[in-house]
Amino acid sequence: MTTHEREPDLNPRTILAQLKKNGVTHVVYLPDTESSGLYQAMLADGTVEVIPITREGEALGIAAGLYAGGKTPVCVIQNTGLFESGDSIRGLGLECNLPIVMLIGYRGWTRRGPTPDSAGRHTEPMLQAWGLSYYLVETDADTERISLAFRDAPAARKPVVVLIGGEYAA
Amino acid sequence: MINQADFFTVLNKHRAQAIVLPTMQASIPWQEASERAELDLPVNNVMGKASSVGLGVALALPATRVIVLDGDGSLEMNLGSMITIAGKQPKNLYHIVMQNGIYGMTGGQPIPAAERVSFATIAKGAGYAATYEFDDLEDLTTRLGEALAHAGPVFITVRVVPKPRIAASRGGGKPSPKVRSTGAAIVAFRQRFAK
Repeated sequence: MTTHEREPDLNPRTILAQLKKNGVTHVVYLPDTESSGLYQAMLADGTVEVIPITREGEALGIAAGLYAGGKTPVCVIQNTGLFESGDSIRGLGLECNLPIVMLIGYRGWTRRGPTPDSAGRHTEPMLQAWGLSYYLVETDADTERISLAFRDAPAARKPVVVLIGGEYAA
Repeated sequence: MINQADFFTVLNKHRAQAIVLPTMQASIPWQEASERAELDLPVNNVMGKASSVGLGVALALPATRVIVLDGDGSLEMNLGSMITIAGKQPKNLYHIVMQNGIYGMTGGQPIPAAERVSFATIAKGAGYAATYEFDDLEDLTTRLGEALAHAGPVFITVRVVPKPRIAASRGGGKPSPKVRSTGAAIVAFRQRFAK
């Protein structure tokens, strides 16, 4: 096996298996480099309905409606979009106590090394400012943390974030 | 132009079992007009997101008609949601914008392009299944039923008389305690619809 053919550290099918295990029905989604493999895996699997959006601020709104209608949505967006979603997190996620799990592509993450990317530097301080708890997933070995997020969200009565720190690969 | 109260009277007659999502300044007048409060889901905590929440409800409950009662200022805040709605083509979603050209809650300032914008044209370009425009109560009374019977997503513009509220004091954007809270409505809906 060459370097280019090695198994990825974080396989999108492992992520998808976690979503299915937790009864996810819909994925509200805007593509980013961290989740392009997950998108392909979801389409190939066909179990969850993918809802493509134009901007991340829509995500929690659509998820709120799906939740009200009895479904189990997750939001899959990048950290840049998390910043754009601020008023939705405040007004819907927090004010309405929505137990929605959000998978956030951690652009700029360098395993706590220095990063020139402001998206990476500001992500965790922003989550802490909102009082949102979060887990970091970098490899397949971490993915059980996604189930922990689904366990925590109803008890916390607010969104719980899973930061995707490893690049997906199909 | 049409008085909002008259429009709500007509809509209430036609909504049948439909879920209605009013937002912002329209929430209290709709709450007073509606005879099916248990089917109303006001979206007040976050301006501009009624269309997104409505899409989510429509996708979750495809056998139920869902009516979003948007404002024009609210819709301009989330115009991309029209593309998202058109992309999913929910046959049960009816997206109504009450167009009065102003931000009513903040004292009547004009919305961007108030004199020019055609939301119906945007909806057609996005790919809604049908669009309707009403500027006259008689026409609305005659044809609203037809619009709500058409397969969605349907976009409906209702030109309403501007009624600016006296400019709110600091903190005045907070939802009125008179209106049912969005969070409480979401909980009630989930208890009703979750299997």
